[in-house]
Amino acid sequence: MTTFIGRHGRGVLGLIIAALVVVAAGAAPLLVAHDPVQSDFAVSLKPPGTPGHPLGTDQLGRDLLARVLYGARVALFIGLCCVLLTAVVGGLLGLLAGYFEGWLGAVLMRVADVQLSFPFILLALTINAIVGLGLRNIIVSLSVAGWVVYARVVRGEVLSVKEREFVHAAQALGLGRARLLFRHILPNVAPTIVIVASLQFAQFIVAEAAISFLGFGVQPPMPAWGSMLSESRDYLYVAWWLAAFPGAALALTALGINLVGDWLRDVLDPKFRV
Amino acid sequence: MRAYLLSRLGQTVLVVFLSLTAVFFLMRLGGDPVLLFLPMDIQAKDLTEFRERLGFNDPVAVQYGRFVGRAVRGDFGESLRYQQDALGLVLERLPATLYLAVAALGLTFLVAVPVGVLSAVRRGSLFDFFGMGAAVLGQAVPGFWLGLMMIYLFSVRLGWLPTGGTGSALHFVMPCVVLASFYAARMARLTRSSVLDTLNEEFVLTARAKGLAERVVIAKHALKNSAIPIVTLAGLDTGQLLGGAVITETIFAWPGLGRLTVQALLNRDFPVVLAAVFVFSVTYTLINLVVDLLYGWLDPRTRRQGARA
Repeated sequence: MTTFIGRHGRGVLGLIIAALVVVAAGAAPLLVAHDPVQSDFAVSLKPPGTPGHPLGTDQLGRDLLARVLYGARVALFIGLCCVLLTAVVGGLLGLLAGYFEGWLGAVLMRVADVQLSFPFILLALTINAIVGLGLRNIIVSLSVAGWVVYARVVRGEVLSVKEREFVHAAQALGLGRARLLFRHILPNVAPTIVIVASLQFAQFIVAEAAISFLGFGVQPPMPAWGSMLSESRDYLYVAWWLAAFPGAALALTALGINLVGDWLRDVLDPKFRV
Repeated sequence: MRAYLLSRLGQTVLVVFLSLTAVFFLMRLGGDPVLLFLPMDIQAKDLTEFRERLGFNDPVAVQYGRFVGRAVRGDFGESLRYQQDALGLVLERLPATLYLAVAALGLTFLVAVPVGVLSAVRRGSLFDFFGMGAAVLGQAVPGFWLGLMMIYLFSVRLGWLPTGGTGSALHFVMPCVVLASFYAARMARLTRSSVLDTLNEEFVLTARAKGLAERVVIAKHALKNSAIPIVTLAGLDTGQLLGGAVITETIFAWPGLGRLTVQALLNRDFPVVLAAVFVFSVTYTLINLVVDLLYGWLDPRTRRQGARA
């Protein structure tokens, strides 16, 4: 039992935190009566503990608890979309680049080099500034900046997996390329894709918040944690709770997902390190 | 060695050129910035004239050719906002960012390596538990939120530290801690696992069997052999620190390259964005080159292979 806790304790803790965030996001309308974008100037900037507003209100009198909970929806939605998009696109390109080395692999890896010659956050920020603001564009920007990681890692894995004996055996049996790729090679690189996805998930959510914090990305009045933190800067002297709670929600979400990611990595592939 | 260096530098030039090209075309796709700079009630004639003067009326291919021709001479044009040489403006801000990044990297090493080594040596102890707990937390807490909370605590409440700007050593404290927090947390965890791996190696057993002091075994035998993953991560992080600086500089009004880039992006100040991209990617790839050269020094086995991919 103690070894189980030692090995899986943090993973379980992470799963509990992640589940809490998911429930908070899903059940937001049931948990709070307030509308996250409805302003009410009569109760602006009330501190936490005010009757009816457990976490207080912001400068427009909007209920902070409602905004934090609805913010979880925005964060999870963006994170999930980005992870799915990058895993499918990056994974597929990596699979192809690893299997058919040739020009496709070469071109892909040069593109990857160019992208990796920038810090991730700066790349996503630049793309976002160019393609424009809003929910859809932030998902596109983060995905365009993030697919490279999968392509690289998956390509490397495929390069080694395809030299293994069972692949040669399958080839000798005369299996078609598609079947070889998707039935024999893909399942062997799938754990890697899962690990990278779980580690990228939190990164996407934090990066989205950072970009929205800088004034790009998701725009007010949509309740996103990053833009809430950005607005809170003007009220830091009078209303600490506006900065404290959205950020705490963001950190907690990232913590839960990271713990699950670390655990998946330990269980699926102890050699893998990021 | 020389051939290796030359080919790496050639690759660097290619990568920088390709990234500038990509950003150039992306920015042109995003529309021209003229309307952002001119008053609302401007006449159509003046508008055309202004566009003509900046060369926005030519076909994109012509604009690109002109851009490349000038860029190879280090001329990225004038900032649309500051009416000042774009590259000069960027280079003027670079030192502030580098100071911050170097200080943060130094802090990262100073905190992360001792914590990681001690946690590995005393595996399972309270120190290990709290050290690694703090590291897991440090990886999850976003820098910009940590920054806001530190401003609230140390500037608003206690009044110990300035909220932002430069001028004294005190101005350095919060930006540096905020920038270093994530990287220090990750490096501490990596150091721990890397040292744990080497402690199981036979040469450590031999060193102990020779009767060397535990301190010497750890410092000279275990740590030096755990250094490769740590240096790799430090190299990757130095580049990422430049990205993290974008956010940190904005929070603390630090007059560096990151803040300038954010403003240039917000204002669609193309020449400054391109000059910043240039400086960022050159710095970043050079850092990666230095890291690769460090491997050779740390691990002589990689030396003779020369042109490693």
